[in-house]
Amino acid sequence: MKSVFGWMVLGLLLVLSLGSVLVPGASYAAQNREFTNAAPSLRFLLGTDDLGRDRLLRLLCATRISLLLAAAAALGTLLLAILAGGAAGYLGGWFDRSMMRAIDLMLSLPWLFLLIAARALLPLNVSPQISLIVTYFLLALLGWAAPARVVRAGVRSFRNSDFVLQARALGCPEVRVLWRHILPNLRPVLLAQFWTSIPIFILAEANLGFLGLSASEPFPTWGNLLRELQSPLMLRPESFAPVVAVVLTVLCFKLITPWGGSQV
Amino acid sequence: MNYKSIGLGLLCAAVSFGQFGGELRFCLRADPKTFDPLLVDDDNSEAVRYLTGGVLLHVNRVSQEFTPELAASWKVDLQGRRITFQLRHDVAFSDGTAFSSADVAYTITKLMDPKLHSPTADPFRSSNDMPQIATTAPDTVAITFGAPVSGLERLFDQVAIISSHSPKAVLGPFLVADYKPGVEVLLSRNPHYWKKDSAGRRLPYLDRIHLQIQENRDMELVKFRRGEVDLINSLDPEVFEQLSHQSPSMVADAGASLESEMMWFNQAAKSPLPAYKKAWFANQQFRRAVSEAIHREDIAKVVYKGHAKPSEGPISPANKFWVNAALKPHPYDIASALHRLEQEGFHRRGNVLYDRDGHAVEFSLATNAGNRSREQMAAMIQQDLQAIGIKVTVAALDFPSLIERMTQSFRYEACLLGLTNLDLDPSAQMNVWLSSAENHQWNPSEPTPATPWEAQIDRLMRAQASELNAAKRKQLFDQVQQIVWEQEPFLYLVDKNSLMAFSPLLRNVAPSAIQPRSYWNIDLLQKSTTLAGSR
Repeated sequence: MKSVFGWMVLGLLLVLSLGSVLVPGASYAAQNREFTNAAPSLRFLLGTDDLGRDRLLRLLCATRISLLLAAAAALGTLLLAILAGGAAGYLGGWFDRSMMRAIDLMLSLPWLFLLIAARALLPLNVSPQISLIVTYFLLALLGWAAPARVVRAGVRSFRNSDFVLQARALGCPEVRVLWRHILPNLRPVLLAQFWTSIPIFILAEANLGFLGLSASEPFPTWGNLLRELQSPLMLRPESFAPVVAVVLTVLCFKLITPWGGSQV
Repeated sequence: MNYKSIGLGLLCAAVSFGQFGGELRFCLRADPKTFDPLLVDDDNSEAVRYLTGGVLLHVNRVSQEFTPELAASWKVDLQGRRITFQLRHDVAFSDGTAFSSADVAYTITKLMDPKLHSPTADPFRSSNDMPQIATTAPDTVAITFGAPVSGLERLFDQVAIISSHSPKAVLGPFLVADYKPGVEVLLSRNPHYWKKDSAGRRLPYLDRIHLQIQENRDMELVKFRRGEVDLINSLDPEVFEQLSHQSPSMVADAGASLESEMMWFNQAAKSPLPAYKKAWFANQQFRRAVSEAIHREDIAKVVYKGHAKPSEGPISPANKFWVNAALKPHPYDIASALHRLEQEGFHRRGNVLYDRDGHAVEFSLATNAGNRSREQMAAMIQQDLQAIGIKVTVAALDFPSLIERMTQSFRYEACLLGLTNLDLDPSAQMNVWLSSAENHQWNPSEPTPATPWEAQIDRLMRAQASELNAAKRKQLFDQVQQIVWEQEPFLYLVDKNSLMAFSPLLRNVAPSAIQPRSYWNIDLLQKSTTLAGSR
């Protein structure tokens, strides 16, 4: 029941955010300088921001970006985790030990500072869209360690199981054993890791955006929109819309994740 | 009996005769780095220096004229190399010891000591020679510099005279009574302060000043609303508007400040930009076109809620004497901008502007991340320039990265930042306008001037620096401003207003556009116990 609710809300958010592209003349960047900080109205359902931009359109654009890119980054992370964790768990020996040390190293890295440093190295004339894709790409590159450890543990548990021994005895190549016999059995674990990674990446981007280091103007992301909360004394009810969106989304991902996504 | 009349009469009497006592409370953004008045290099230390230090002469922050303080009079001669002060007789340090020319000599000797590395001494260093100090009498001191120092008098507004007997004795209206790092600085009234009010009573009116160290500006606002602090020296426009709606008498807009916002294109010869972009940025008509396509009125209205004005040039109107009043803000004129670009071989296809070689005109505009006003301005510039077919990519960078690009690698195309002129005198801007200067930001440290107009600015700035006649200096500096207005190496956008908040309990406040804006007349500020009456 909970997961149904989660799926419904996420589906609704995705449909609304994708549907906003189809609204004729709607632009998240258009500045209505005569209507800055306007209260919610029929024309602007969530009001306008400091530059007179439609808050709702910006929120929907940010939702679309976050959902799609976080999912893509989670997929990338999972592939890296399967490669690294799967190989370590299956091969064992020195490769496993080396990979475990590499995983420990990755988990001990101050990822926020790494992201900030990496962003500073980007050319300045990179478009906000590209810079956001690069940000999520970096998140994926940095985020593989934790799922890789889980995948390794899963592969190790299956490596000496009867069905694997039987497959080997029948002359099945090692790669096929891993790909066709072990990984399918890890599907629940991999799915859990995938659904768990998405909200982690969403929150990571929100952190960067809150510091002003995510996509630049005029591109909206949840992190950028949350920056309005930095002046808590100037807030209006509609300023909390991005908070509601982020919390609801993360909550829904937790609900749809098998075993409750305990890592989030 | 008319009690209202009696009450009003008592209030008027209290104001006219001055109300003694009370504690003024306001916030510093961080701990003062030093309490040594000769080593001040940050705003917080400067606040303590201003409140505790006595100076020979003072720049009135409203009239911007010199007023005598510890020196009853002064004279500059030897073509600006020597200044002679005639000192007051009735002055004592906070420990009761008498003030004399020996203290001035001690201060200047210590200030100019190269081993001290005093930032306050830098403007005095027109030559490598140590100044010669002659104390011909206890009330007369003459200081002779190795080379002329332009605007010599104004420099003494920053020099707090220290005692040759006691390092803790001060000549200002207050003295440091207690300091708790990270928490507060307490200042108490100097019982020997020399200044008196019109009734002959010794100033200051206030007994104490409580400087609370508070980095969080929202907390400062909360404390102000609760009545826990009495003033806020600098307000954001949003906060100003909010306070203004609640209580208009608690806020003050002192008009244009010395802070302006500007953008510039990277013209550094050693920058790794492609040649065609360097050519755009070096083209005066391109810069003028971009300038004309930016809607400065909108920036002032939207970003600064009307508490800013389109910049007229490099000097804010807050600098009453040195501003070139003949200059007007560059108008918002899309047609003129496009005309200028067409004359230079640029052309539009669809919504994109191309140069004569077919390169689409686009550049990145870097600014510091986390500064919402600048990011908003950048977004507005982005939309404005889109109207003439120029694509702008806004890049918000952390400050160290931005500075590295501006000063070391020159890997940027255009930059949006602010400028604060702390000193009214143009000689203080030599480090910006001279082509050889490091802060000549569009093309720093040029071995020789890259353009004839930069060479002309060099000549004019050097000429004004060696000229003693203020009117002639003004003429020369007006020409500099005119050239900068025409060439636009910096595209000045808006001059920000000086916004402050005061408790209704404060009396004699005189908001100023120049630091320290709200408490520059600290010895005259009074704190009432009643809310009646005006300031």
